[in-house]
Amino acid sequence: MNEITSAIQIIPLEHYILLSIIMFSIGVLGVLFRRNTIVILMCIELMFNSVNLLLTAFAAYHSDLTGQVFVFFIMIVAAAEVAVGLSILVMMKRNVDSVDINQLNRLKW
Amino acid sequence: MSFLFYFLSAIMIISGLLLVFSKSPINSVIALIVCFIAMGGQYILLNAQFLAVVHIIVYTGAIMVLFLFVIMLLNLNKTTIPQKTSLTRVSAVIAGGLFFLVMIAASRQALEITPRYPFDGHTGLVSAIGKSLFHEFLLPFEISSVLFISAMIGAVMFGKKDPPGYSDPVYRNNNTGTA
Repeated sequence: MNEITSAIQIIPLEHYILLSIIMFSIGVLGVLFRRNTIVILMCIELMFNSVNLLLTAFAAYHSDLTGQVFVFFIMIVAAAEVAVGLSILVMMKRNVDSVDINQLNRLKW
Repeated sequence: MSFLFYFLSAIMIISGLLLVFSKSPINSVIALIVCFIAMGGQYILLNAQFLAVVHIIVYTGAIMVLFLFVIMLLNLNKTTIPQKTSLTRVSAVIAGGLFFLVMIAASRQALEITPRYPFDGHTGLVSAIGKSLFHEFLLPFEISSVLFISAMIGAVMFGKKDPPGYSDPVYRNNNTGTA
């Protein structure tokens, strides 16, 4: 078990930074690329998680617990955000009978 | 053991791209679940066992099931939403790529990072996190319950059906000021 869990000693921190940047960019790409609101919500989750992974990597690298506690709180906020976001989506489906994000353009002007 | 890191990273990136580019929302959800499970593996590699368990339970157990539930409840798999125009899609890809380049350039400029404390195998274990959570972070931990209550109330309020004719402007004009 000790052999598995000390990956941070072998893998340089730069690789975790690179992985997190890639995952965050995929999330940004998805938000810009898709029109389906539920996929956009999922891409936001992906961005949340890439940040979580980077925080955990830094916390493990520095042997500092605070980063991991922060990740825990981010997970709490993400759970609340998903509940509210999905209920907004249900309301949107009920009111305009679509989950197309372009239907919500009245907020633009 | 560094092989596992690159293997999980490849799974995460491929499933992330599948999430963005797959046609039906169900496939997107399943790709995201695969991505999250791989991320749980990354947490275990980082010796963050508590976070790995919480991540699997909260994300793949609760949040993704909620997504699947909403998709099936609203029957979103049948309804096809037209894609954005090809100009918008190309510019979205370019914008994402530019964002990636900027972040890479910023991280290249960063200073050399040196560990603050020597390596400690007990960092991410449940007992250490629990002690930190209930001593230093007790107040935020309790306040997060208020956040959950407000999120729950908000979700219920949004999910409630409006009274009949509520979206009618006549109804709204007659009821302003009397409520």
